[in-house]
Amino acid sequence: MTKAEIVETIYERVGFSKKESADLVETVFHIIKETLADGEKVKISGFGNFVVRKKNERKGRNPQTGEEIRLPARRVLTFKPSLVLKNILNEEPVGGGPGADS
Amino acid sequence: MTKSGLIEKVAEKTPHISKKDTEVVVNTIFDAMTDALKKGERIEIRGFGSFQVKVREAREGRNPKTGEEVQIPAKRTPFFKVGKELKEMVDGEPAAAAAGGERVRA
Repeated sequence: MTKAEIVETIYERVGFSKKESADLVETVFHIIKETLADGEKVKISGFGNFVVRKKNERKGRNPQTGEEIRLPARRVLTFKPSLVLKNILNEEPVGGGPGADS
Repeated sequence: MTKSGLIEKVAEKTPHISKKDTEVVVNTIFDAMTDALKKGERIEIRGFGSFQVKVREAREGRNPKTGEEVQIPAKRTPFFKVGKELKEMVDGEPAAAAAGGERVRA
């Protein structure tokens, strides 16, 4: 699924024009991105939480050369899926039932 | 920010659309994404990231209280991989450095 398909779904299910649907989807992701860029977490109930985590500076090693390198402190984004989403994905047992491995 | 906060912000940016409709749109986006993942489909949002369902194999675990061995069945788990643009935005370079304005040292 791509952003274009999400736009298509909005167009079909909600009834906005294609242009409006595209603008709305764009706006939604834009706001989520801006919020995360500010270091604020975004919690979507029923889907999951996007959380910005700080990583401290640490020493690393170039696995190819064995050379020691300094990995600077940085901020990374993590996604913690909601229990609701995890349960939805596991309504059918893994590998069980016909068509389970499509 | 919660989902209702997100709806609020989207509504502010799109004053020609009712808040009720904005709510339906936000919910539909995440419903559509959930449906896709349920079908085992990969989702790719350019500039944001991608979602994919991975299978965690069945394994033997232990009940930490009783010490009893238990079978943990295989499970599907959604994974998110952050996109390049968002990754850089979150780490504050170069997007936030430009947008963040003031620096301590001139």
